[in-house]
Amino acid sequence: MATETSTRSVVPQGTLYRGREGMWSWVAHRITGLLIFVFLLVHVLDTSLVRVAPEAYNAVIETYKNPVVGLGEAGLVGAVLFHAFNGIRVMLVDFWSQGPRFHRQMLWAVGALWVLLMVPFLVRHLSNVFGG
Amino acid sequence: MSSTDSEAVEAAADRNDEQVDGDGRPHGRAGESASADGGQLGAIPRFDVTLRIRRYSAEDAEDGKPAEARWQEFTVTVNGTDRVLDALHKIKWEQDGSLTFRRSCAHGVCGSDAMRINGVNRLACKVLVKDVNPDKPITVEPIKGLPVEKDLVVDMEPFFQSYREVMPFLITSGHEPTRERKQSQEERARFDDTTKCILCAACTSSCPVFWTDGQYFGPAAIVNAHRFIFDSRDEGADVRLEVLNDREGVWRCRTTFNCSEACPRGIQVTKAIHEVKRALLTRSV
Repeated sequence: MATETSTRSVVPQGTLYRGREGMWSWVAHRITGLLIFVFLLVHVLDTSLVRVAPEAYNAVIETYKNPVVGLGEAGLVGAVLFHAFNGIRVMLVDFWSQGPRFHRQMLWAVGALWVLLMVPFLVRHLSNVFGG
Repeated sequence: MSSTDSEAVEAAADRNDEQVDGDGRPHGRAGESASADGGQLGAIPRFDVTLRIRRYSAEDAEDGKPAEARWQEFTVTVNGTDRVLDALHKIKWEQDGSLTFRRSCAHGVCGSDAMRINGVNRLACKVLVKDVNPDKPITVEPIKGLPVEKDLVVDMEPFFQSYREVMPFLITSGHEPTRERKQSQEERARFDDTTKCILCAACTSSCPVFWTDGQYFGPAAIVNAHRFIFDSRDEGADVRLEVLNDREGVWRCRTTFNCSEACPRGIQVTKAIHEVKRALLTRSV
């Protein structure tokens, strides 16, 4: 029986499946969701420090004021924006009768909205981060 | 066939002889195009193509170590009109008889030869070699998510198990009518799209949810449930909806649209799943 199961086991698969917009938007939705979760975890921890000691909270927040975290913040906003708009798209695919038909156009709309909001945000945010 | 007809056929065969022998072998060196040896107008181009095939055989196991899948490349000369299935046949018949794959009708009707060609699920009998960039090696792999038995052959049993569970047959109550069960054109059109399924598993094995969760019913089972749920003659919609209301039913769908892209019959699979979801929410079909 042992040999039987070993021969029937799923063989390691070869190449990556070459899905299209639908699959990659789903992958991006998962990744941005995970990133936001990690941020929220840290965020809850550092904010709860204020209950321990306001000085400790201030000390931690002070360490965030550097370009590396600044870039991370830009990434966070990008992730939140994509996750939010794509989430609306996924809901429309599920609940709007024409959703499955226009899913690709809706993804382009998500991308356009994302760029539209990210460009002014990045200009303002990065000039704060690197402008000193 | 009349004698004039057969003469015409022979004459056509003579003309073809310039490029191709009776057994389909080229006269010139392999890979020489028809135009290169002074071919005529309308001649079918011939070219060399390399297929990179994912091979696996349980017999390769040695000393208790399980067999491993490997890539193997074959180069064949094909016509511009040849499909990937023709190239696989050429390999099996002329180079390596151990190459294993399924095919029955070879014309896109039976759904036996679903495989992954250049990374996406396709029927090998419906894809022309010239359409999948023959300049680079064409990768051919078994469909994902089902246990590989040998080379491109997978165990379809989990797939058909899900299909059986949605009860893909007419369920009625009361006396059988003495005439046919009538239906308007609009009622028939309601489920027309999902009647086209040939159970090739291209959709189910393209689904990222199915790859990681083999318990998921998968697009094909939902499509075939849809075909009866929205049939006005059928009375088993509630039972089928209840089956698909399961944790592993329609709610597992993450709308990646891989199934709709993969379907060789052009069924709007994600739309069908969407309609079943809506029927479950509104409890009306």
